[in-house]
Amino acid sequence: MTDATHDTTARGKPGPMLAADGTPLKRSLARALRMQKIRALLLIAPLLLFVLVTFIAPIADMLFRSVENDIVANTLPDTVEELASWDGASGETPSEAVYQALYFDLFIAAEAKEHTKLGTRLNYEQTGISSLFRSTGRNLDDLGKDYQKTLKKIDKSWDDGAFWYALMSGEGGEEVLESHRLQYMQLIGQSPRSIISRFWCVIRGIFYKACPTALEDIDLNFTPSAEAAQMLPATVAAYSDFAVFTVLADGDVVAEEDPWEAVYAAFAQDLNAPGTVEKIQSYSGPGQAELLAVTENLADLPAPDFKTTFLDIDKDWGKIENWQTIKIYSPKYTSGYFLNSVDLMKTPEGIDARPENQRIYLKLFKRTLFMSLVITGSCILLGYPVAWILANLPARKANLLMILVLLPFWTSLLVRTSAWKIMLQQQGVINDTLVWLGLVADGNRLVMINNQFGTIVAMTHILLPFMILPMYSVMQTIPPTYLRAAKSLGATNWTAFWRVYFPQTVPGIGAGSILVFILSIGYYITPEIVGGTTGTFISNRIAYHISSSLNWGLAAALGTILLGVVLLLYWAYDRIVGIDNVKLG
Amino acid sequence: MSDIVLTDTFKKPLGFHVAVAAAAGAFAGIFVGAAQGSSLLGIVVGALLLGALSFLAIEVLGRSAEKAVRWGILALFALGGFLFGGLPGLVMGLLFGWFFGWFIYWIGFNRYRAKLVPYLTSGQVLWYYAFRVICGAIFVFLITPILVVMPLSFNAQDFFTFTPEMLRFDPAGYSLKHYRDFFTNSDWQQALKNSVLIAPVATLLSVGFGTLAAIGLSQPHVPFRRAIMAILISPMIVPLIISAAGMYFFYSRIGLQGTYIGVVLAHAALGIPFVIITVTATLVGFDNSLTRAAANMGADPVTTFFRVQMPLILPGVISGALFAFITSFDEVVVVLFVGSAGQKTLPWQMFIGLREQISPTILAVATILVVISIGLLTVVEMLRRRSERLRGMSPG
Repeated sequence: MTDATHDTTARGKPGPMLAADGTPLKRSLARALRMQKIRALLLIAPLLLFVLVTFIAPIADMLFRSVENDIVANTLPDTVEELASWDGASGETPSEAVYQALYFDLFIAAEAKEHTKLGTRLNYEQTGISSLFRSTGRNLDDLGKDYQKTLKKIDKSWDDGAFWYALMSGEGGEEVLESHRLQYMQLIGQSPRSIISRFWCVIRGIFYKACPTALEDIDLNFTPSAEAAQMLPATVAAYSDFAVFTVLADGDVVAEEDPWEAVYAAFAQDLNAPGTVEKIQSYSGPGQAELLAVTENLADLPAPDFKTTFLDIDKDWGKIENWQTIKIYSPKYTSGYFLNSVDLMKTPEGIDARPENQRIYLKLFKRTLFMSLVITGSCILLGYPVAWILANLPARKANLLMILVLLPFWTSLLVRTSAWKIMLQQQGVINDTLVWLGLVADGNRLVMINNQFGTIVAMTHILLPFMILPMYSVMQTIPPTYLRAAKSLGATNWTAFWRVYFPQTVPGIGAGSILVFILSIGYYITPEIVGGTTGTFISNRIAYHISSSLNWGLAAALGTILLGVVLLLYWAYDRIVGIDNVKLG
Repeated sequence: MSDIVLTDTFKKPLGFHVAVAAAAGAFAGIFVGAAQGSSLLGIVVGALLLGALSFLAIEVLGRSAEKAVRWGILALFALGGFLFGGLPGLVMGLLFGWFFGWFIYWIGFNRYRAKLVPYLTSGQVLWYYAFRVICGAIFVFLITPILVVMPLSFNAQDFFTFTPEMLRFDPAGYSLKHYRDFFTNSDWQQALKNSVLIAPVATLLSVGFGTLAAIGLSQPHVPFRRAIMAILISPMIVPLIISAAGMYFFYSRIGLQGTYIGVVLAHAALGIPFVIITVTATLVGFDNSLTRAAANMGADPVTTFFRVQMPLILPGVISGALFAFITSFDEVVVVLFVGSAGQKTLPWQMFIGLREQISPTILAVATILVVISIGLLTVVEMLRRRSERLRGMSPG
């Protein structure tokens, strides 16, 4: 430092100030600051990473699930593609091509038992679809079986898995096979492992146990022949589905298994396609003789009529509404869950209100807001006098009374809820006391539980400390001399309170109210136990959709809306009070 | 308790104290009468009795015989109560007798004004006491549920209300069988074991990470301080049902749903905000020149941390740990979704008990938990005082 000052004076012009080691002071300071910042961040980093993984990622996952809708596209990939050209408003059922795609999509889905999941999903939007998918899944075999019998009559080897394997395999058809493997993985809800999950698997392998081999890494021991694929495209596609499923799901060897009925149906379709016969006649490879024998008996193998097949299985496949539902919910992302959570729905004509008897969520949101407001209001009413008396009593007495506030605060939530349950019951303590006092006849005891009253009383009690504590800390800072000054200037008791004292306590009321409101709006346990059917909140509905109805998308959408409301309130809380002022006890 | 008398005490006029006492008697008479069958009779008898007693005590016997008169009233009410209602009646009688004995003299000799400034009007005095009664009622509301649970847990019957035997203080009406059930039933023991297993590990995780981060956050130059703080505090703000839903979705994706690790991680995340808040609050008063002084004397950062900084912020760390522990120990929503039957904790078992097969063992567990929370409350309060003393603030 001294050297630096000496330098500048000696040269007579201002140069950069230098630190002890000769670097300019500015740079030296910046480096020290940077080091400090890095050290602070290094201290924070582990926790930040921990919270990001254990908490923020789950919340993000929930937000994602509220719009995610890839089950339709994953289960019926080709059908969705074909449906794109169908006009839902035309009043006609889709073309034969759609039914054909549906047959093959649904066949592998039914084998993997995934079609019922799709049925359940679509059933949220259109009742009846679930049973439609289930019954169809059972009856898809019939179509192929007929062809199988006919082919067997022509030549025994058509009934032999090894023969089919020889006919289908060759080289050059990897692309077809891999695309079907990918489709199957999407069907069962798996995607190829990313670098991150491969890394995670390595870690898991070290500490816990190794991950099972990724589906995309399993060797299928089968390569479709490009020649066969060119000659019999549908058959090779169906056989690839069969091969992928045989290895990945059943763990069997493709060559030893007899192909699915769907392969026979595809074969019949290929045979009747224009140009196939010519291609077979110029084909020379395994199964050449058998193929030629089939071409001679083509009359016994008419082209399959997929549409009629479906209509025979269930006439609901001719209903436009079902196809409209499938088409509306075929994109990978949907606003459908959000519309559902505000009692709207998607129709081919656009967004429309739900039928009267299905509108429950807006009512539930309104009830949640209303009851949270009532609870907040009663907490203010009950908390204000208590906070006032705690702030104005001598310290020793106030500390003693504070225990009465803090003890419930520290007591387990379930203890308090169970206490209210046994107190409010019809055979509970309060009713018994009232009956004993003769205020209520034994025959008509008060119904105080399993309704809104029970929820409001129990939650007011549970959340009251959260109102009292912030109010108390604000009131403690108000000098009592202000009130005395107001009174000595001629104000009445009421005026002095209302014009002088009360305005100063508003920050405390605001802080407590927002805190109580935020807490009550997302409460689950207490309404679940004492709320019955009329006293439940939106959170109970979310829990119901997660654990009972399994409509996770709707649960996620409802949760996202609730989260939005809470974050908005929290933002307001931050503006009014500041996060740093959150105090405990 | 100060004994300063602001306003002189003097004998009130006859009409005033007799009327007030009679009104109080009538009010008590409503309930006693209703319980015995006729509230009207209760009102009349109560009013006459208290009016007469007040006249006798204040006008005839006066201040000199106060002690004797109050004992007399106590005996009279106790006897009356015993004749009407046996043992519970005796207890009620004693309470009423003590209260009215005090009340008559309190009213009769203007003692209620003794601690108030003399210029208050009657209306203001009335409001002063009415306000106190209201506050008292709210305190009763706050504490009753907890007080009701405790005696009921000793119920010999499987009822959730006071049986006649209990009210008669008959030893046969009380038993420890619900406690015995808690300590022998395998479901409850498994739940207790899980709770005791999960909560400490979760606490350890949140305290370990949380303390480090709080120290980092308290440095003077932290980039993105507000954003980081918001992220770290968020588990406290997001409603539990939403955290539970998100964790359920995400943890089942990565195979942690239904495992101990999953539940521990979830609970640790929920406990972190409490640790951050308490430890940063302790660090606000921390004098940074202490660490510089330690470094100056040749201590390396690790030694400085453990020998200088840690002892000073320890109270904050421990109370943060207690908050984190109780969060995990009390938590039911998240464990309900993230855990499976193997991770059933104590609150979960209570929740099932309350929702489905309601059993009085819950009350025994509740009482045990209340006792534990009283213990924790005491510890936190002691720590708070110690922390304030250490930082040179006046004990509150």
